[in-house]
Amino acid sequence: MSRLDNCFKALKETQQKALVPFITAGDPNADFTLNCMHNMVKAGASIIELGVPFSDPMADGPVIQKASERALAAGMSLKGVLDIVARFRQTDQLTPVVLMGYLNPIEFMGYEAFAKKAADVGVDGVLTVDIPPEESAELISAYDTYGIVPIFLLAPTSHEKRIKKVAALAKGYIYYVSLKGVTGAASLELDSVTDKVKEIKQFTDLPLAIGFGVKNAEIAANIAKISDAVVVGSALINCISDANGDENQAQTGISKLLSDMRVAMDAVTKT
Amino acid sequence: MTKQSNIEGYDLPDEHGHFGPYGGLFVAETLMESIEELNEAYAKYMKDPEFLAELDADLHDYVGRPSPIYHAERLSRETGGAQIHLKREDLNHTGAHKINNTIGQALLAKRMGKTRIIAETGAGQHGVATATVAARLGLECVVYMGAEDIQRQSPNVYRMKLLGAKVVAVTSGSKTLKDALNEALRDWVTNIDNTYYIIGTVAGPHPYPAMVRDFQTIIGRESRTQMLEKTGALPDALVACVGGGSNAIGLFHPFIEDNTVSIYGVEAAGLGIETGHHSAPLCEGKAGVLHGNRTYLMADENGEIIETHSISAGLDYPGVGPEHAWLKDIGRAEYVGIKDDEALAAFHALTRVEGIIPALESSHAVAYAIKLAKTMSPEESILVCLSGRGDKDIFTIAKLEGIEL
Repeated sequence: MSRLDNCFKALKETQQKALVPFITAGDPNADFTLNCMHNMVKAGASIIELGVPFSDPMADGPVIQKASERALAAGMSLKGVLDIVARFRQTDQLTPVVLMGYLNPIEFMGYEAFAKKAADVGVDGVLTVDIPPEESAELISAYDTYGIVPIFLLAPTSHEKRIKKVAALAKGYIYYVSLKGVTGAASLELDSVTDKVKEIKQFTDLPLAIGFGVKNAEIAANIAKISDAVVVGSALINCISDANGDENQAQTGISKLLSDMRVAMDAVTKT
Repeated sequence: MTKQSNIEGYDLPDEHGHFGPYGGLFVAETLMESIEELNEAYAKYMKDPEFLAELDADLHDYVGRPSPIYHAERLSRETGGAQIHLKREDLNHTGAHKINNTIGQALLAKRMGKTRIIAETGAGQHGVATATVAARLGLECVVYMGAEDIQRQSPNVYRMKLLGAKVVAVTSGSKTLKDALNEALRDWVTNIDNTYYIIGTVAGPHPYPAMVRDFQTIIGRESRTQMLEKTGALPDALVACVGGGSNAIGLFHPFIEDNTVSIYGVEAAGLGIETGHHSAPLCEGKAGVLHGNRTYLMADENGEIIETHSISAGLDYPGVGPEHAWLKDIGRAEYVGIKDDEALAAFHALTRVEGIIPALESSHAVAYAIKLAKTMSPEESILVCLSGRGDKDIFTIAKLEGIEL
C-alpha cells in the first residue's frame, strides 16, 4: 500500500480529513522549505504538496507566480526540489509528498529519469498542471514503472465524459479545483462545490481533495465536511511574502494558519 | 541552389492536434471544456458555406484582399541575382497580416455566442487587429501586453485604446509576449463563460495552431495564383519571418507539396545566435512544452523558459508554432537567423530603394531574401511575405539611431 493510501486510511480511522498545505519549493530558499515541511506536519498537515517553480506558471494567480519568481531567483530547480524531498525523508518516512508543477522541467529532465529520481528520493505523487489525460500516456507509463502516483485535476467545467476520463487514470486522490480561475482567486461557492463533489463521487472511489480559494479555517472546515482533503496554498504563501524576509515570522504565520484549520476541520468531522 | 523535396499527401495535424511529436493539447483541466467547445465550433464552421461566405466578404471589403504581389525590380537589380517579389500584407487594413486571423476568429466567437474578446500582443499588431474587429462587431475587448512592449510600441497602444480596447500591462516574468500570453490564459480560465481568446499566432493548444494557420493560408493561396498569373511559374523560393510563425505558415502551407519551391523561415538572431541574445528556437532551441503545445523553445538546462531578445517586439518569443518544428524536422523548410543590424539595414534598403517602409519583423525576411537572391540567377524568383508595414517602428528606429523626433 502506498504512503498516500495509508494516509487516507489512517485519517478515516480517526475521523479526520486530510489537510494538504502547498508551498513553493525554494521560496525563499531550500532550507526554509525543508524546515517548513517538518513544521507543517507538526501543525497538522497530512500530505505536503510541494510546488516546483516554473518560469511560466499559467494556471497560477499572482501570489504563487511571485513565489515561483522568488524561488527561481534563489536558484531553485526541479533537481533542487528533489534534493529537498531527499533531505525531508531522512527524518520523515510517513508523510506523503506530492510535487505540483508544469510539464516543461520534466520534459527537459526526461520522463524516465524524472520518475526514477522522484521515486528514489521518496516522492509519492506528481500533479502536472498542464498535462491532461489526453497527453499523459507516456508519462504515466514512466510513473507506473517506478511507483509514482499521477494526480489529476478536475474543474467546475469538467463534464461527465471528462470526469470518467480522469477517474480512469488517476491514483492517490483527485484534486478538484473549486472555482473557475487561477490559484488564490476569490473565495469558492460552497453550494456549487457540494453539487459537483456529489457528481464526481458517482464515478470514482478515490479520495477527493478540494483547493483554490481556501483562505481561512472557516472555509477549510466547510470543505472538510464535503471532501476527503483540503488544499491550502496561496494563503500560506502570503505568510511568506508578508513577512518580508523574516523567516521566523513566515513560519509562525504558516503554522498558526494550519493549526487553526486542523482544529476547525476536526471539530466538524469528529463525532 | 534550390533544394528539391518530395512531400505528398501532407495532412496535419492529426485529430489530436499533433504534427509528429509537436503540437497537442497541454493545458490545465480548467481549460479543457472551453477548448473542446472551440474545437467543435471550429470544425463545424470551417465547413459551413454561410460562415465562409461571410469571411470571404469581410476579407474582400473590410481587409482589402486580395493583397497584391509587387515585383521589387529596383531592389532585385541592385541586389543582383533572383527577382524579389513582395506579398503585400502590409497593405491590409491595420497594416499587417494579423487581421486575416482576427476577422476569422471574431466571426467564430460571435457564432459561439461570446460577448467578450481577449488577446495577447507583442508588437501590438495582433492587439490592434483584435481591437479593430471587436470594435466592428461590438464586442468587449481586453488586450494583454508586456509592460516592456508597451514602452517599445506606444503608437499601437494608443491605437488600441482609440478602438475601445482595454490594454492591460503585464508586469510578471520578462514583461514581454510570453507573459502576456500567460496572463490571457489566466483571464480565459477565470471568465470562461462569456470570453473568447483570440490567439494571434500558430501556437497555443490545439486547435489554435491549425485554426490560425487555416485563416492565414489566404496569403499562400492568393500568392500561388498571383505568381502563376504574373510570372507563369511558381516562385523558386519563399521567405517569411518567424516569431510564432503565423504569416510564415500562411504563406508556406499551400506550397508544401510544391516540391520545386524552397521554403525559408527567418528567425530573429538578435545580437547573434552565439551571444545567446536572440529569439531563434528553431535555430538554437530544444523541444519542450510551453503555452499548450510541444515545440522548439528557448529554455535553460532545467527547462525554465529564458528571456529572448530581438530588435522586433513581434519576433521576441521563446517558442514557435509546432508545425514549423515539424517542417524543420522533416526538412521541408529551412530555418535561418537574421541579426538585429541586418534587419535594420534591410529596413533602410527597402524604404530607400522601393519606397516601402517594412515592419521590423518583415525586415528580417527582406534581409534574408537579399542574401538568398545573391546566390540565385536573375531567371529565378523569390517571394517574400512582407507581413506588416513599419510605421509603428519608426520611433524605435529613430531612438536606436540617436535621432530625436
